[in-house]
Amino acid sequence: MENKIENNDKLIIAGRSFNSRFILGSGKYSLTLIKAAVENAGAEIITLALRRADAKDKDNIMNYIPKNVTVLPNTSGARTADEAVRIARLSRELGMGDFVKIEVIRDSKYLFPDNGETVKATEILAKEGFVVMPYMFPDLNAARALADAGAACVMPLAAPIGSNKGLCARDFIKILIDEIDLPIIVDAGIGRPSQACEVMETGAAAVMANTAIATAGDVPLMARAFRLAVEAGRAAYISGLGRISDEAAASSPLTGFLRNE
Amino acid sequence: MLKVNGEQRKFKDGQNIADLIKECGYDKDFIVVEVNLEIIPKGKYRERPLNDGDEVEILRFMGGG
Repeated sequence: MENKIENNDKLIIAGRSFNSRFILGSGKYSLTLIKAAVENAGAEIITLALRRADAKDKDNIMNYIPKNVTVLPNTSGARTADEAVRIARLSRELGMGDFVKIEVIRDSKYLFPDNGETVKATEILAKEGFVVMPYMFPDLNAARALADAGAACVMPLAAPIGSNKGLCARDFIKILIDEIDLPIIVDAGIGRPSQACEVMETGAAAVMANTAIATAGDVPLMARAFRLAVEAGRAAYISGLGRISDEAAASSPLTGFLRNE
Repeated sequence: MLKVNGEQRKFKDGQNIADLIKECGYDKDFIVVEVNLEIIPKGKYRERPLNDGDEVEILRFMGGG
């Protein structure tokens, strides 16, 4: 069974195939921990942000990311669709491929994504050949609009970014999983491996986490814990969960007891 | 004067983007350059002269979710 999952169960995004269903965010780490986090997470996709370069800072995060890992630039800092498009185009010029995670955020307290602007940016960038992975507030209408706009997947938040609060949006994410014919990748707010496992059990295509690992006591060990949780949840989803009953149902045979009736 | 990553900077007449990058000390392999909102492809740095008032952004990848 393990081999079956490893060999045949791929995450497919815009026709590209990945063995890992865990996407790692690269913020808030010391650079030396990034490589260990990627390796222990088994991640094949890692997000990055585009920022003004400091000529004095000679160390570069790109030197710490294994070459086989797909880079997923985000458009963090964008407040409008136009700003997201600008950041996406600049990121692509860095020559790391055409994946982009759209993030358009104007709300500074909860950092909720602006779904309307996200749809606009998705439409423009999909037409330009980007593999568009939009971060969004889990709303079915917006998810449908993103699919129509050419998104390669939909990335609903579980809880506010960086909050580690877990599956606040559980039921709404489930609706997206049931109704949207694209990979649903749960992003933001997942704080524990058990939450990653739970959302994978319900049929999410993948999970993304950053803060949960970056702020853990032992970063490589927590990265490994997330990898195992995502794999466990996926295996459970493929298996189909056991049934639920209102009454007890003995697991051991009800005959042959060591007593005379 | 130029504006480079939001800060005023003097430049010499005839200076191009390749000169600016070298003078500032950036590693060209890791950056992307935008002048007045126009992306300048890596191979074109020498061909693009700088002009008074140009707004230059020099960007690179960093850690982020």
